[in-house]
Amino acid sequence: MQYILISMSTRHILLGLLAKGPSHGYDLKRRHDEHFPQARPLAYGQVYTTLQRLVRDGLAEVAGTDADGGPERTLYRLTEDGAREATDWAGQVTPPAPYVTNEIFAKVVVAILTDGDPASHLLAQRAAHMERMRELTTLKTAPGTELATVLAADYALNHLDADLRWMTTTQARLTTLTAVTVEADRA
Amino acid sequence: MSNRPEPLVVARDLVKAHGRTPALRGAGLDLGAGEIVAVTGPSGSGKSTLLHCLAGIASPDEGSVTYAGERVDTLPERRLSELRRTEFGVVFQFGQLIPELTALDNVALPLMLAGTARGAAQERAADWLERFGAGEQRGLRPGELSGGQAQRVALARALVTGPRVVLADEPTGALDSLASEQVMAALVRTARETGAAVLVVTHDAQVAAYADREVRLQDGVTQDGVTAGLEVHA
Ligand SMILES: Nc1ncnc2c1ncn2[C@@H]1O[C@H](COP(=O)(O)OP(=O)(O)O)[C@@H](O)[C@H]1O
Ligand SMILES: [Mg+2]
Repeated sequence: MQYILISMSTRHILLGLLAKGPSHGYDLKRRHDEHFPQARPLAYGQVYTTLQRLVRDGLAEVAGTDADGGPERTLYRLTEDGAREATDWAGQVTPPAPYVTNEIFAKVVVAILTDGDPASHLLAQRAAHMERMRELTTLKTAPGTELATVLAADYALNHLDADLRWMTTTQARLTTLTAVTVEADRA
Repeated sequence: MSNRPEPLVVARDLVKAHGRTPALRGAGLDLGAGEIVAVTGPSGSGKSTLLHCLAGIASPDEGSVTYAGERVDTLPERRLSELRRTEFGVVFQFGQLIPELTALDNVALPLMLAGTARGAAQERAADWLERFGAGEQRGLRPGELSGGQAQRVALARALVTGPRVVLADEPTGALDSLASEQVMAALVRTARETGAAVLVVTHDAQVAAYADREVRLQDGVTQDGVTAGLEVHA
């Protein structure tokens, strides 16, 4: 299983989940995985270390314990600062990151530097991208797919599509550059 | 790879120039029964010309096109137009609906030409318009339709006769992303239900992702290796 969404702000997502009311670590993990079915499931360890940091930073606090027949569990709730932090974060515009560290970009540059074959690399990369886009399309169009999954698939599809457009432009540029070089050599 | 269906349409080494402009310079592809293939490539790469050659609308200067084992590119016009009427459903890049007829009659026409009575033809036409989300436009003439609505009508018209091969040139070119999703989903569902083979020409990768595989055209040449099994290095 490949997850569509990989890096997300666990800290802010936990704050968001706590905004619904006090909760313990196990419950937060379960609700996280439910809300983001296309993300990598949270590890318990990560939930607990994140909760401890939220308490340290004054964004959450211990609200007592909850036994519920089983072992005692620590309940956490949002502080006022925590509630504000969650709302502020969700309202912030995400920096439109120029993904200049993108691996595909780096590989094309290295291929050019090493006199490799960037064009055939781009063709192979395109095929891999298309394969993944087909999987995502099948996933999102399957009957009964949850809205969260459809949205995650749309997000991934649009980003892969952007990669493809960059790859097409790059291929065209490389062809033009080669043509220009050949012309210059002839002159 | 190995269990790909027997090709229904086979194009080999197609070369075609429009006057002195080369459009195809060695293009080929296989389209299996029930298979959905996307032909993609930059503008001017020869996609429409390739589709016209497959449909027998243009004849290649070199190379061959066969349909179910029969050469299409050398067929007399009578047999060709029969094939186009009964076996092929073609959607042109620029609509080509009949301006004097309503959307409903545009879709019903191919059935009526094949001998279906008007009432029955209109009933089936209405179902197909509905399927492609153009049911409400049934009474409008092409001049009163938006680009996207005209494309939906053109698709319904291409599919109404139950063709074995659907050739569609940029069928979502005038649609926004949600509308093209709806149209592509309807097209794929129809193809799966009827077993029709579909070739979709598009420059949109998200549309191409509805197909089983992609054939890439570049400067009139179909690219090898695009559909080959690939290792992805993580
Ligand atoms: N009727 C025509 N007359 C002259 N040139 C044409 C004609 N149709 C297409 N061409 C040329 O042939 C090439 C391929 O065109 P086309 O098959 O329409 O490409 P695409 O559909 O990929 O945009 C282009 O250079 C185009 O300008
Ligand atoms: Mg075209």
